[in-house]
Amino acid sequence: MDEKVQNTLLEIADDELILGWRDSEWTGIAPLLEEDVAFSSIAQNEIGHARALYELLARERGTSADELAFDRSPGEYRCAQLVELRLLDWGQTIARHYLYEQADAIRLAQLKLSSDSEIAGLAAKIDREETYHRMHAQMWHDRLQDEPRYVAALEELRPLLDQRGEHTSELSELWEEMTMVRRSQPAGTKW
Amino acid sequence: MIYEVFRQERKGQPFQHAGSVEAADDHFADVYAREQYGRRGESAALWIVPRSAVLEIHEFVDELNRNYHRVDGYPLKEKLKEARERAASAKSAGALSAGEG
Repeated sequence: MDEKVQNTLLEIADDELILGWRDSEWTGIAPLLEEDVAFSSIAQNEIGHARALYELLARERGTSADELAFDRSPGEYRCAQLVELRLLDWGQTIARHYLYEQADAIRLAQLKLSSDSEIAGLAAKIDREETYHRMHAQMWHDRLQDEPRYVAALEELRPLLDQRGEHTSELSELWEEMTMVRRSQPAGTKW
Repeated sequence: MIYEVFRQERKGQPFQHAGSVEAADDHFADVYAREQYGRRGESAALWIVPRSAVLEIHEFVDELNRNYHRVDGYPLKEKLKEARERAASAKSAGALSAGEG
């Protein structure tokens, strides 16, 4: 697996991990109980996708999925700025979800064509779950698309989809919290 | 709005009530019902019905006490006993007439 492919997989894995983490912040406080269940499930799926991608990469690099997910410094993550933000507004959260799912669909369609059958297979598997995410994002988009606040959020967030390399300070805050328990023990601890 | 969800576990089996979801419209009900009742391979199909579309009946009038309309109107135990007695007497009557011949 060449370096470019590895970096693409890492980009996707990091996006999924960080977005899954941000989405999970709505667990227990989503605007509706049914939505709480649905959105928490989406968050969990995203983290599951990240794990599968990290595992694939970890075999290639002779490391582990946990090490890839948690033992890098915030600057080494390859995620887009879009997924890093801590959004406290439901409309903004849906705007991000919609933008992300649209972009992710295109990316997965490409990955499904990979000549590496393992990558293509994993992309197909992930895409089957993302179908639900896209349905969910679309129904909210249809409902909110005439709300000025939602439209403004889409405009505001769209450019952040392609912002990679530089990170927001919100990523380091997230990273501190995400890796806190793991860092509380010496490196190499068996959990 | 409340939607009642009916689940078919395998093709050909009857749909059974699984629970309900609260959703703003049919589209949301579709997504929430899939999420809660269909996504883990536990259902072959779902019916999602607005609760308001369900006609409910609670009272079943039986003014003339026609208990033969009901399953419990036929106490099987007594009928079995009677049938056995009839069979036994028919048999002994048969044995008797055979002895005479």
